[in-house]
Amino acid sequence: MTVKIVFFANLREALGVDSVDLQVSGSSSVSTLISQLAKRYSSEWLELLTAENIRIAVNHEMINEDAVVVDGDEVAFFPPVTGG
Amino acid sequence: MEKKIQVQKETFDLRSEYDHLRSVSLKVGAVVTFTGTVRDLNEDESVQVLHLEHYPGMTERELDKILVEAARRWGVIAATVIHRVGDLYPGDEIVFVGVASQHRGDAFAACSFVMDYLKTRATFWKKEKTQEGERWLTTRESDETAADAWG
Repeated sequence: MTVKIVFFANLREALGVDSVDLQVSGSSSVSTLISQLAKRYSSEWLELLTAENIRIAVNHEMINEDAVVVDGDEVAFFPPVTGG
Repeated sequence: MEKKIQVQKETFDLRSEYDHLRSVSLKVGAVVTFTGTVRDLNEDESVQVLHLEHYPGMTERELDKILVEAARRWGVIAATVIHRVGDLYPGDEIVFVGVASQHRGDAFAACSFVMDYLKTRATFWKKEKTQEGERWLTTRESDETAADAWG
């Protein structure tokens, strides 16, 4: 299955990419996705995506790393928001 | 509740937003509006450009949830949130929140609540460009405290 992963703000700049499509087997947790991304790119990705202040959303809903994603999901990683 | 949510590059017209809030119902007895603007100084550095990024789709959804929560807590007849994105300059308007209620207490509280929640939940990020370079802003603890205070 394929999930779309998107990044925002300083995290997007640090990773140097705004989105990636990732093939994963069956249903995977978000932490599994992070490990696969680190394997595909670099260990720096693991550090950046698991940093304490990083928020995660699946299909526009805030979740934690244990959440399971399914085919077609959009997973987002971003720093704390600073709008207004 | 009549909701209006817009994320846009363009500025907004205060008079027409106010008129819209008033026109929703003759039961409206109070309209409270808030406008946030770009300061020219932040942490003692002159800001040249303030860049606003957001997460299309999620932002609108979060703003909708915030308005629904405000209407659950107070009497809200109409509510509007307009947030600008892209490059903004000192003096520009960034955000508009307007609430129309029967009475002023509900309108004041709901407007304040929407701003506090917007600052800590809506998926916007600010980057300042100054003489010294670019810098992503970080969350202010006072904003977290303000949002938490609503319980």
